[in-house]
Amino acid sequence: MAQFSLPKNSKVQKGSYFKAEGASNIKKLKVYRWNPDSGENPRTDTYEIDLDNCGPMVLDALIKVKNEIDTTLTFRRSCREGICGSCAMNINGTNTLACTKSIKDCKGDEIAVYPLPHMEVIKDLVPDLSHFYAQYASVQPWIQTDSVPLPDAERLQSIEDREKLDGLYECILCACCQTSCPSYWWNGDRYLGPAVLLQSYRWIADSRDEHTGERLEELEDPFKLFRCHTIMSCSNTCPKGLNPGKAIAEIKKQIAERHVL
Amino acid sequence: MQYRSDTKKVKGLGSIKHGFGHWWAQRLTAVLMVPLGFWFVYSMVSMENLHPDTLILWLHNPAPAILMTLFVTTVVFHGALGLQVIIEDYVGNKKMSLILLVLLKFAIFAMIVASVFSLFKLVS
Repeated sequence: MAQFSLPKNSKVQKGSYFKAEGASNIKKLKVYRWNPDSGENPRTDTYEIDLDNCGPMVLDALIKVKNEIDTTLTFRRSCREGICGSCAMNINGTNTLACTKSIKDCKGDEIAVYPLPHMEVIKDLVPDLSHFYAQYASVQPWIQTDSVPLPDAERLQSIEDREKLDGLYECILCACCQTSCPSYWWNGDRYLGPAVLLQSYRWIADSRDEHTGERLEELEDPFKLFRCHTIMSCSNTCPKGLNPGKAIAEIKKQIAERHVL
Repeated sequence: MQYRSDTKKVKGLGSIKHGFGHWWAQRLTAVLMVPLGFWFVYSMVSMENLHPDTLILWLHNPAPAILMTLFVTTVVFHGALGLQVIIEDYVGNKKMSLILLVLLKFAIFAMIVASVFSLFKLVS
């Protein structure tokens, strides 16, 4: 049966408190910490952040902590402008990108920062995304064709057909939607999840791809696709404003068309 | 100790290439329950009284008898489809899941047969 309480060695304990001496404009950052080498339970450390000496985003606060307060804090980051997807994490209960989440938009005097939910943690805020990436690879996210184009010609796509990829191609694979989906929490081993299904639909919707049938056939499975129960947490949380729920509905519609019409 | 690549785990036993039927049946039965549900509530409200004899007499008419049979079987079928999803979603233990899914299949047949027989018995 589904397990509703955390195992003993996963219970989150209260950690250390780091004061910001001499600062007047303070926001507290409560951060999930876990080190696989220590043998200890996870804990939450709280850092006081001097907002007068900190950038505007939650990622700026995390970088400040790592640079000035506690160098052991581990998290992924790269582009700091919402295009690489590295700093996806759970901030105040919502999966989002730390680099595009403004500290000002976080209500209350404390910001809770946890790793993406229901994933195995490698360390602190770094989740293990290997399974997610293997799922992504399994939908063969590249153009597949059988026809041979003329050697000196491109595969043409009209402006209208190109527009059908809007809202799909922008996905940065940050896994915010994937790990916000309760269905993915319970059956992530077999359910492909919203991000992977949106990526798959990006190729199903591509007028130049010739393997639409094979793609739909491969997706039609009670677990790979039909574990989506239109809970819509995915579309709610997407930091890029995309709608994976709609992409999944479009896949279901095309499968329906194969069967019924 | 088991060594399996992530790709091996993701591919698993492969796509079964169906699953639409269940999804479609769940939606069709849901749509069918709307008019049947309204009809049932309307019939009960507009009944002179809800005495068993009145109801049995009402079920002697072919239209109510057929619609009632359809309503009961649709509700049972739709409920069973939903329960199947709940078992698949939440029962992680494969043996337990198999046992529950088989019992559920038996229960659908038993409930449909029992309902139809009961209705038939009431009017015969």
